[in-house]
Amino acid sequence: MALAKDYASVMGRKSEVMKAALGMDYDEFESGSIAFDYEKMMRSTGFTLEEIERVQSLTGVGNTPLFELRNLTALARKCAKPGFGATICAKDECANPSGSFKARRAACAVAFAKKNGYKGVIAATSGNYGAAVASQAAMQGLKCIIVQEAFDSREVGQPEIIEKARACEALGAEVVQITVGPELFYEAISLLEDTKYFNASLYSPFGIAGIETLGYEIAVQCRERFGKDPDMVVCTNAGGGMATGTARGLRKAGANDTKVVGASIDLSGLHMASDSQFNKKSCTTGHTGFGVPFATWPDRSDVPRSAARPLRYLDRYVTVTQGEVMCVTELMATLEGLERGPAGNTALASAFCLAQELPEDQILVISETEYTGAGKHVQPQLDFARENGIEVRFGNPDEEVPGVNVILPNSAKDFKIKELDLDHMKDSLIKKALTTYTLDPTDADVVFLAEETALTVDEVKAKIEKIKKAL
Amino acid sequence: MVKKGEWVRIKKILLPVGQRAPQDPEDTKATPLVMWTKGFLQAEAEIGDVVEVITAVGRTEKGELTQVNPYYTHSYGKFVPELVEIDRRYREFLFGGEK
Repeated sequence: MALAKDYASVMGRKSEVMKAALGMDYDEFESGSIAFDYEKMMRSTGFTLEEIERVQSLTGVGNTPLFELRNLTALARKCAKPGFGATICAKDECANPSGSFKARRAACAVAFAKKNGYKGVIAATSGNYGAAVASQAAMQGLKCIIVQEAFDSREVGQPEIIEKARACEALGAEVVQITVGPELFYEAISLLEDTKYFNASLYSPFGIAGIETLGYEIAVQCRERFGKDPDMVVCTNAGGGMATGTARGLRKAGANDTKVVGASIDLSGLHMASDSQFNKKSCTTGHTGFGVPFATWPDRSDVPRSAARPLRYLDRYVTVTQGEVMCVTELMATLEGLERGPAGNTALASAFCLAQELPEDQILVISETEYTGAGKHVQPQLDFARENGIEVRFGNPDEEVPGVNVILPNSAKDFKIKELDLDHMKDSLIKKALTTYTLDPTDADVVFLAEETALTVDEVKAKIEKIKKAL
Repeated sequence: MVKKGEWVRIKKILLPVGQRAPQDPEDTKATPLVMWTKGFLQAEAEIGDVVEVITAVGRTEKGELTQVNPYYTHSYGKFVPELVEIDRRYREFLFGGEK
């Protein structure tokens, strides 16, 4: 008998579908209250860091070059006060087989799926992760379906997303494209149910463990080249995986003093699930529309418990504008001789400002670059913005209003970052935990929340009291 | 007439208006959730017919036939003059102008 495929019926079967599609029972990690055993979940991949390196190297993933961006560093020094302007380096993740760091995430997930007898893998993503899963599935001999939120109701899609669909198809995957809405996960669950494929979720422990090698490599490469750990690593932040995995890898390498900074494009004011606003943004990822909600409540994803938990690891969280990211991507090509896609450069635009806060002898690394191609490039993305009524012009980045204009900085001196209030985000996370599970957290819950927010137990207790009073 | 075995694109309404997710914003709720995929056409048909295809993974999917031999048209976009102006301006600031 055919299963009912209305929204409520499919979502109602989510937990049983997930159990089968993830090959693990998340109940094992639960305490029955707010707390769950995060580290036990991370160990459940059964892969150590060394094994992940081995799995990745079998398919040519990882060990990407670390580029010193000499001209951008010189440009930052020209804008900074004397003696300031850290050396900016970029981890050239574009050199991975699928053209982005996402190959690291996909390698482990697909290897696990294969080992456990799944015939295929499914991922819900409009980003580089699609091509990464498709590439790994091809390499490891599994079938692959990528579900993309691709179009508005006029069937108009961002050129960046269309290019990613093309890449996935080129790599042998079926690409299921849907119109805008949170029903992306509904369709993915429905397909998982029908095909019995593995859920290669971005948020599973495999999806995060695979990134740990990236943080580890950054530490090792900085030691080899500069004789010390990086002082700061900047990660473009959307779902939180990059910051989580990179920070964990840095710690596994013993780089405990390296500051980890998240960076997102400020898209405040645009509703991510809105049909009419879908094509008013000029970038499709690395923005606050994903970054903020996923940081303050990671468990909103397509798995019962997300392995991406950025508030555990972020020392700072900054935003830049779309115009700054487009401009710095052009500079990467014209000043550094590296033509790369804009998506990974959210971190670079931020790093350009952050470097100016640090002395010249410090090392700052951006954790990724991505491939570029038709659609996924500054020019088609800015052209698309113009076609959709967005004003593109030079000016002061402060003048940028998401969905209205894209402001290219008049000069290098006009780049600036905005600080997001991490403390406020930690309050939101604690409040959401209390209102979702219990207003009377156990001692274990308090310890868990302290880990979740990188605060002390006493600080969490004080926050809990304050939140409960305000409720 | 589209022949059996051709590579085609189909479209299907997954959730009609009125059955969309409760958390959707109003403008999105006013539109159906539509899905597109591609595959080999299983029987001769006309554009607009409801057809069956076998997709790249071997799945059977049903939907309205919209395109035969679908291809991509995304590109490097039209010329954006600001980009060459960025090149000129920032290079001059970093390296100095012509002597």
